[in-house]
Amino acid sequence: MAVIDPRSVVETVWRMESARIVAALARIVRDVGLAEELAQDTVVIALERWPADGVPEHPASWLMATAKHRAIDLLRRQGRYQEKLAEIGRTTPQAADPDLAAEMDDYVGDDLLRLIFTTCHPALSTESRVALTLRLLGGLTTEEIARAYLVPEPTVGKRITRAKRTLAENRVPFELPPPAEAAERLASVLEVIYLIFNEGYAATTGDDWMRPALCMEALRLGRVLAGLAPTEPEVHGLVALMELQASRTAARTTADGSPVLLQDQDRRRWDRLLIRRGLAALARAEGTFGPYVLQASIAACHAKALRPEDTDWERIAALYEVLAYVAPSPVVELNRAVAVGHAYGPARGLALTDTLEMPNYALLPAVRGDLLARLGRAAEARAEFRAAAAITRNARERAIFESRAAELT
Amino acid sequence: MRYLIMLKAVPPPAPPPPALMEAIMKLGADATAAGALLDTAGLAPSAAGARVSLAGGQLSVTDGPFAEAKETISYALYEVRSKQEAVEWASRFLVLHRDLWPGWEGDAEVLKVFGPDDFGPPA
Repeated sequence: MAVIDPRSVVETVWRMESARIVAALARIVRDVGLAEELAQDTVVIALERWPADGVPEHPASWLMATAKHRAIDLLRRQGRYQEKLAEIGRTTPQAADPDLAAEMDDYVGDDLLRLIFTTCHPALSTESRVALTLRLLGGLTTEEIARAYLVPEPTVGKRITRAKRTLAENRVPFELPPPAEAAERLASVLEVIYLIFNEGYAATTGDDWMRPALCMEALRLGRVLAGLAPTEPEVHGLVALMELQASRTAARTTADGSPVLLQDQDRRRWDRLLIRRGLAALARAEGTFGPYVLQASIAACHAKALRPEDTDWERIAALYEVLAYVAPSPVVELNRAVAVGHAYGPARGLALTDTLEMPNYALLPAVRGDLLARLGRAAEARAEFRAAAAITRNARERAIFESRAAELT
Repeated sequence: MRYLIMLKAVPPPAPPPPALMEAIMKLGADATAAGALLDTAGLAPSAAGARVSLAGGQLSVTDGPFAEAKETISYALYEVRSKQEAVEWASRFLVLHRDLWPGWEGDAEVLKVFGPDDFGPPA
């Protein structure tokens, strides 16, 4: 019988608990950079002690308790303990508890939410928000983040260091945003999570069509956020959108890695469990019309259609119309054109694309090519697909556009 | 990665202590909040079930209970980043039993559920 390997337990439990531990420490020391350093010190202690003394009875609690003691020791050494205690007492609904460590326990959920709001703070660049969120909330190493984003490891390291410094220099408080800012800050959090998901779902560069690990990480963060902010419809909308999109993962590529378009996918390969979860998450947001809820509602229309011809394109076209009103963008207009093309014929879809200007966006000519082909205008369709192939940076996508153009000769 | 954890134990003579049930509920809530637990449920004793077998071209149906010493008493489906994480969730579940139900013995089988990352995409 294999005995439990203490080093492996340290690494696993750290990865599972690091966000909660860093969040709890950040609340004590009020500095996410320092909190992460203290948490890392705790891992080193565990790696020294557990192989010698054995794995503790409750490894996660051991890590949390040891980390908190280190943070409080640090404050005591700096003579700032009373000051911090008073500060924390002021910012929590309860009166100051003389036992700081014990009081902390009740606030893990809030701490995590504070950590998410801090790593996605508007003072940071988008790239830094993504890197810091993956580092502090996902527990990903700098190397793993660099690999996922195809950038050199030192670049990611610098982004994270700079992000922590920016937070410290701007004295970004480790607290939930004031009500006036809450909606804007939540939008930033949702954006970061969806950016991470999309980076995994449809890689923008290179030949890697999907990076499933990033999708799963974003989905996990979304589920965590839904638990922390259960009354925010858009959080459930984002989770629903990600669950529904992730449900198609297995059907989205062929053996050689080429993408399979939605209408051509083998729907038996869609993950029914994720679809159920996505529909359940969407039901929690029902009756609201935020951008994520609307996009999830569109994804749900696809998920509910057992065959492509069962797709309720009229509903999808209507949802896109609302989405174009709530969150106008050329991409939404383009998708609306696709839906209208299915619901009311390619001519109406094509008319919607005529006014769109999206330089260097390969899907515009690709959609126009498809609509023109359905109208029997082969020569024009071919030219559009060739234009799409010339624009895209994704090698697999280029191959598809080229083969569509070739079919039209 | 998805893992199915099946909890097997000798059916105990007494119902589980309420404190254990309370702790199990909390662990389930924590695992859900961590985005890891996708689905879980308890299973009735095999006396309530049946087994459909195919042997030598013949289908046969046997009603429970079955003769195994240990019965499957619950399952949980997790989505985690590694097998070690699934093992850690299973360990936490057994630790609750160790701490709150002295004398209880059982196994948590951690089974990997195949996913897209285990297969090549369709031809």
